[in-house]
Amino acid sequence: MKIWVPMDSAAKALGSEDVVAAIRAEAARRGVDVEIARNGSRGMIWLEPLVEVETEAGRIGYGPMNAGDVAAIFDGSPSLGLVEELDWMKRQTRLTFQRCGVTDPLSLAQYEAHGGLAGLRRAIGMSQDAIIDEVKLSGLRGRGGAGFPTGIKWDTVRLAHADRKYIVCNADEGDSGTFADRMIMEGDPFCLIEGMVIAGLGCGAVQGYVYTRSEYPDAVAVMRRAIVLAHEAGVIGPDVMGSGKPFELEVRVGAGAYVCGEETSLLNSLEGKRGVVRAKPPLPALEGAFGKPTVVNNVISLATVPVIFEKGASYYADFGLGRSKGTIPLQIAGNVARGGLFETAFGMPLGEIVTDLAGGTATGRPVKAVQVGGPLGAYLGQEQFDTPFGYEEFGGQDALIGHAGLVVFDDSADMLGMARFAMEFCAVESCGKCTPCRIGAVRGVETLDRIAAGDGAAVELLSDLCETMKDGSLCALGGFTPYPVMSALQLFPEEFAGVKEAAE
Amino acid sequence: MPHAAPSTDDITALIETQMHLEGPLLPIFHAIQETYGFVPQEALPVIAQALNLTVAEVHGVMSFYHDFRKTPAGDVVVKICRAEACQSMGANALSAAVLDKLGLDWGGTTADGKLTVEPVYCLGLCACAPAAMVGGKLVARADLARLEKAMEGAA
Ligand SMILES: Cc1cc2nc3c(=O)[nH]c(=O)nc-3n(C[C@H](O)[C@H](O)[C@H](O)COP(=O)(O)O)c2cc1C
Ligand code: SF4
Ligand code: FES
Repeated sequence: MKIWVPMDSAAKALGSEDVVAAIRAEAARRGVDVEIARNGSRGMIWLEPLVEVETEAGRIGYGPMNAGDVAAIFDGSPSLGLVEELDWMKRQTRLTFQRCGVTDPLSLAQYEAHGGLAGLRRAIGMSQDAIIDEVKLSGLRGRGGAGFPTGIKWDTVRLAHADRKYIVCNADEGDSGTFADRMIMEGDPFCLIEGMVIAGLGCGAVQGYVYTRSEYPDAVAVMRRAIVLAHEAGVIGPDVMGSGKPFELEVRVGAGAYVCGEETSLLNSLEGKRGVVRAKPPLPALEGAFGKPTVVNNVISLATVPVIFEKGASYYADFGLGRSKGTIPLQIAGNVARGGLFETAFGMPLGEIVTDLAGGTATGRPVKAVQVGGPLGAYLGQEQFDTPFGYEEFGGQDALIGHAGLVVFDDSADMLGMARFAMEFCAVESCGKCTPCRIGAVRGVETLDRIAAGDGAAVELLSDLCETMKDGSLCALGGFTPYPVMSALQLFPEEFAGVKEAAE
Repeated sequence: MPHAAPSTDDITALIETQMHLEGPLLPIFHAIQETYGFVPQEALPVIAQALNLTVAEVHGVMSFYHDFRKTPAGDVVVKICRAEACQSMGANALSAAVLDKLGLDWGGTTADGKLTVEPVYCLGLCACAPAAMVGGKLVARADLARLEKAMEGAA
């Protein structure tokens, strides 16, 4: 009997290791021979730990599984049915996440059996120009937040003259509501490695770094192990799959600074400096890590490259909406009945995601607001639920999709409190370079405290302060913190004035 | 928890393990903190010399990052997520209850030196919030009872 139990850290945090122990004990008690295999998460976090049993028809699921309930697996009790046939799975277009939750993350053989390395093999037979063209044609835009076309960035690095170039993967996923990078690193690490090798071939870079967070110890461990295995198999190393080209890869771990997700701060941190943001120009593509031309790309941007080369640029570009091409792994989080990762073509309306996919709130209360794109993203209200999920479409709402995390709040949410938190977070995490961010965020907290204490006149002060932060900040930490603050104010003005009126 | 004062030789040996890296400073801090539970300030001049930096520069880097400690923490560090997704599921009340129960403020350590409670901003468990990490072990859909159990288990 073959049983799959996810080793994803969300599954672990919900008790998967106890479930594994209980399955072994139950199997021993019954004298049944079981093989326990480990996979990543399918992304249905509300069903984790999701245990899967191999049958002739396919893998059937039991979840959420408790250590106390494992007998059900052996008794042949009613299951969730075939996992692939679950509504949540069937409605997706799993391209970047095609193997996540399906294969053993650390089995290169399974990786290849499920389409892995096909893209790299193809890329090895292509010229640098052709590799870059393929990425350009796919329409892939950076999934880290800014949405910059990946192929154009790569071309800049390719054309730069230097004795050494770098591919740096931004795996510093610090936005609340996001976990796609973590899931790929824990659930399909070879996919990220393959994407980085293709980037290296395309740009002529020989060294890659995955810069990730200390808050992700499982991802660090799986990535490091995968790199060792890839090295042993010759996927990376002095001669990438017989191409004669070298590519080395290393994981680096940050130290609890949110701002190090900003690419130039990240590069400073990688170099062993304070994670202060650098002014641009020079672009990292020309003067990046250790002063050399460097691609900095998000995990999902890079992990999407293999499927583009496996299936072809136009296959990928045919999904999506307008200039938002391909698929996006939505991360549905916070107060939701069904939270998790759902990969789909761009264009799904916000309301469908929140109401239909997520099933509304976990508490059963009405949805009050959804923060999209992390701590620097705007809150959106129900009246914006018909906004299609795309870069330009969200931009049109004075909002952003960021790294595609959605955090849902029910009607008990304290929006002034959330605005205050946004300012407080900015103050705590500011790199300190610009005054409007460093000092402004502290003033923002004070101003919101005044409003909370009944000083309605301070609202105008808050708006002015937000304008100053927007205009006078070097990066999006200071520059975008006004989005959650101002959107909360605009959506729920009564919460920013009520105390005063009540007092009068 | 007793922390033997590290000798210069011990520190030098740890630094040596990282010197082959490009940009070795953060890995050096991590290696030292992993070994001692904090970064003893005696290590800074040794690092400075190895990397050809001033002590002020080394200190400046260390102080930029929330993770690196100048002094030892409690035996078990409890990190409770304060970020938005966890707040939407009651993280504020949860952390208030934990801090209240232990009689601590954020960053504080219990008098017996057993527990330190710190904020963390997202553990990537936002779809099963609120989340915490107790002595390196992740807890999702956390409540006071589950955290207390985890703290007992880790102590
Ligand atoms: C404060 C701040 C934090 C950021 N955090 C991340 C992050 O965690 N991951 C990421 O990929 N990009 C992050 N970014 C965006 C990066 O600066 C950069 O745009 C991105 O890594 C480029 O990769 P892409 O083109 O593949 O998106 C952040 C930006 C700012 C201003
Ligand atoms: S906006 Fe804030 S975080 Fe960004 S560079 Fe300026 S001070 Fe640093
Ligand atoms: S916001 Fe708490 S785990 Fe992500």
